[in-house]
Amino acid sequence: MTFIYPVDSNKAHPLPLSPDYKSSIKRAPHKPLIPMRHTLSELTGPVYGHETVREGDNDLTLQHKGEPLGERIIVHGHVFDEDGRGVPNSLVEIWQANACGRYVHVRDQHPAPLDPNFTGAGRTQSDAAGYYRFVTIKPGAYPWGNHHNAWRPAHIHLSVFGHSFVTRLVTQMYFPGDPLFAFDPIFNSVPDEKARMRMVSSFDLDNTQPEWALCYRFDIVLRGKNATPMENT
Amino acid sequence: MQDSVKPNGITPSQTVGPFFKYGLTPNGEYEWNDAFTNSTLTPDVTGERLRIEGKVFDGDGVAIPDCMLEIWQADAQGRFADPQDKRALPNASFRGFARCGTDKDGNYSFDTIKPGVVPDPDGKPQAPHLLVAVFARGMLRHLYTRIYFSDDAGLASDPVLALVPADRRATLIARREAAKPVYRLDLRVQGDEETVFFDV
Repeated sequence: MTFIYPVDSNKAHPLPLSPDYKSSIKRAPHKPLIPMRHTLSELTGPVYGHETVREGDNDLTLQHKGEPLGERIIVHGHVFDEDGRGVPNSLVEIWQANACGRYVHVRDQHPAPLDPNFTGAGRTQSDAAGYYRFVTIKPGAYPWGNHHNAWRPAHIHLSVFGHSFVTRLVTQMYFPGDPLFAFDPIFNSVPDEKARMRMVSSFDLDNTQPEWALCYRFDIVLRGKNATPMENT
Repeated sequence: MQDSVKPNGITPSQTVGPFFKYGLTPNGEYEWNDAFTNSTLTPDVTGERLRIEGKVFDGDGVAIPDCMLEIWQADAQGRFADPQDKRALPNASFRGFARCGTDKDGNYSFDTIKPGVVPDPDGKPQAPHLLVAVFARGMLRHLYTRIYFSDDAGLASDPVLALVPADRRATLIARREAAKPVYRLDLRVQGDEETVFFDV
């Protein structure tokens, strides 16, 4: 199948400069982006080998001697294209804070405890239908220095590849009903409310495992449409 | 049923943030392995081996120590290691993708080969180039740019460079250092020498 990647779809993304998010002020380009047609360079993308994802890399609760503290959760869903087709064999990488809202990163000095049994990094590859699944711990909210009393809503960072280099996506998955949404300039950098809500996972009771873990569903929609649709032609 | 629902739009981007290193570019400093390194080189790769290096700067001219760059490129024959490139060579282990986190001084480097010529949509040759995706705290979506090679004869006729105002083209061209297979290009997010970023 041949895919096309209409640039219009990018309107769902945040604008580069979002002044309420202070770090964007010195890190957003001032000059307009230069439009160009996609060449084979843009229309192709990396394919991974078996060494990229190891057995167990999608379970962040089993990487150390003991189990991490916090609320064990399942995060699963599909990687889709814009037509709703599953994107197979896409690499999905995640990283996150621990249950207390602390990252293992050396630069995170938030006075909350590290968990010796939790690093917070994982990866997997979507299957033939685009399905992926992680087991992890629900991350905590944490304070940051953007403005007075600033707190990030709990989130999991995701990095996804898809069919081509222009489908590359780095985003954050949020949890439903978080009271911090209204105050977070990163979440609100996405101007369209419907688009913003596509970053919020849904609680999935059907796939919650009794006596073991709550489940959240998060479908990821990447750019890409069939170049020669069968319908409406 | 889930699979038959047509989505109403793509998932928006969010910044990679300041804390991605242990997950995406641990480089031996965290208890996690690297899915990718800053090298595309494989034992069987053919072509001219070279290094590309430089720094990434913010709008104050301050080096960005928490930036991640990714490159995507063709092999020396101008073919991509992706089955969507119908001309692909199926047996080479070269993948053409690499990832690098900047160091505390904002430096990046890639070890790779000079790619071959890739056609544009009209079949016109493009000068050898890498695609670059730039991720950092403060960037709500990654930026796309390209890296060309200063000593390549095809620059003058490259159809993508031709879209760029002449006085900005140098921001896309890595300069070959004398007598070494090393090319240098700094990326600047703002300022007089702001790097050209593409709307792709």
